[in-house]
Amino acid sequence: MNRLQLSDHLILIAGVIFMVVPVLFAFATSTHDAITIYKSGLQYLPGDKFAENYETVLFKAGGFTKEVNGFVMLKNSLILGLGFAIGKIIISMLAAYAIVYFRFPMATLCFWVIFCTLLLPLEVRILPSYEIVQSLGMVNTYSGLIVPLIASATGTFFFRQFFMSVPDELLEAARIDGAGPWKFFIDILVPLSKTMIAAIFIIMFVYGWNQYLWPTLITTEESLFTLVRGIKQITQVWVGAQIPALNEAMALAILAMLPPVIVVVIFQSWFIKGLVESDK
Amino acid sequence: MKKVRFQSGLTPYLLLLPQLAIVVVFFLWPAAEAVRASFYLEDPFGFGSTFVGMDNFVDTVTSTDYSRVAKFTAVFTTLVTFLSLGIALLLAVKADKVLRGASTYKTLLMWVYAVAPPVAGLIGVLLFDQHVGPLTDFFGLLGWEMQIGVSYFDTAFAMTATAVWKQIPVNFIFFLSGLQGIPKSVQEAASIDCRSGFRRFWTVTFPLLAPTGFFLLIINITYAFFDTFGIVDVIVKQEPGNNPVTLVYKVFLDGFRGNDLGGSSAQSVILMALVFILTVVQFRLIERRVHYT
Repeated sequence: MNRLQLSDHLILIAGVIFMVVPVLFAFATSTHDAITIYKSGLQYLPGDKFAENYETVLFKAGGFTKEVNGFVMLKNSLILGLGFAIGKIIISMLAAYAIVYFRFPMATLCFWVIFCTLLLPLEVRILPSYEIVQSLGMVNTYSGLIVPLIASATGTFFFRQFFMSVPDELLEAARIDGAGPWKFFIDILVPLSKTMIAAIFIIMFVYGWNQYLWPTLITTEESLFTLVRGIKQITQVWVGAQIPALNEAMALAILAMLPPVIVVVIFQSWFIKGLVESDK
Repeated sequence: MKKVRFQSGLTPYLLLLPQLAIVVVFFLWPAAEAVRASFYLEDPFGFGSTFVGMDNFVDTVTSTDYSRVAKFTAVFTTLVTFLSLGIALLLAVKADKVLRGASTYKTLLMWVYAVAPPVAGLIGVLLFDQHVGPLTDFFGLLGWEMQIGVSYFDTAFAMTATAVWKQIPVNFIFFLSGLQGIPKSVQEAASIDCRSGFRRFWTVTFPLLAPTGFFLLIINITYAFFDTFGIVDVIVKQEPGNNPVTLVYKVFLDGFRGNDLGGSSAQSVILMALVFILTVVQFRLIERRVHYT
């Protein structure tokens, strides 16, 4: 039994090494100066340039127009992540509430119109989506960045599943007590969904923060770049540079992954619950 | 469906309005537009378009470039799906078994979920870099001179490794929660009947995990098709020339770089059909899973 346990641990440790070491390399490299890295490759031990590199990345203006730095990108990422998560939760809760708790003509039609969005990811309709957003004058705006991403009904589907599992007796009791649809929603359903809202919020925040293709197309002004969008810029700056600033590139990569990783690790149990439940 | 429901005129429409508006403007309209454009030949300078029927589809499907990319996508998807599912299953089974440190392992194995695909791609491209990459040095010791961005195979290898790395956490989380959902009594009964842990896994645990596995299969195929865009884009460094790219990346390339609107739209429509089939399969599986539990 003991030997079995040991081999289990060895396999798990190997798995952990496989998952963690690439990021350790990235972090260690971000604390050295560019010449060390250029001479002797990526580093696996921390260096002494931590404060210097992260300060450069966060506050020194870079890019072509010199009006973007890590701090601005961090702010934009936060706006995208929060805006997407909050917008999606509000819109999809309202829609799911209507679908589950109301009897009205065309309910089935509305249901299918909304749920057919689950069929096609943004990537396959990317070109026409871009053209439409462009014709609406929403290129290089936060709303152009966030609103089209909300079109997919994953959140609505999730809340619909959850509302269906809420006992009917609650609504009966509320109606006997004279509660109207809005009162029932705000005073009973929303408080009841708290954990679910938290779980979906975490998933959506990470999803929004990590968006890449859409921000790449929609934001061409550097002041609107998100951190993940900025990755593309980093790789372009390398071409032609004599000693590429890999330390700064890695510092930016670490910055881009830190907030979502922290959120996922801290709110682990909610996050896992949301992920596993939502896909049922 | 609920037995008791509200019946108050305009309220449900008001509740649905924001969602429906967004769906119509940013989903139905572009999807319809993609289908329409796939039947037209657009002038690259914007002077109108001509109806060409199925020509775009025929051109797309018969081009050697497309079949090369389609082949790569098929191989890539298969490898990413099976490798990440296999590794995640192994780790989940072990993490479910160990008594000490289970939650630490869980955290360390799942946090990569939060890393964005292009960030994973950036780390991957540096680890495999010709000058500074430690993995290149490592494979060099084994006599394999890796040249990312130059050698087709090496680039494909780095891309697959990065994509697998990024996908393991999701599979791990689902497998682990699937394993923890298997009643302890079933496992105890099995361990009385059968001493071999390996056989017990294949005859009892694995069949009970099958619904989760099927479901994850679809999730992983969708991931390898669409969500790897960021990884592909960073690893080929905007120089797709001879490098392996996926079908979704080609839609983007032909549409935005090549200005081939009709061709790009035709590819979109083909992908739509594919995703449609996958989703229908997925929904049927979900129904079955709900039915069982």
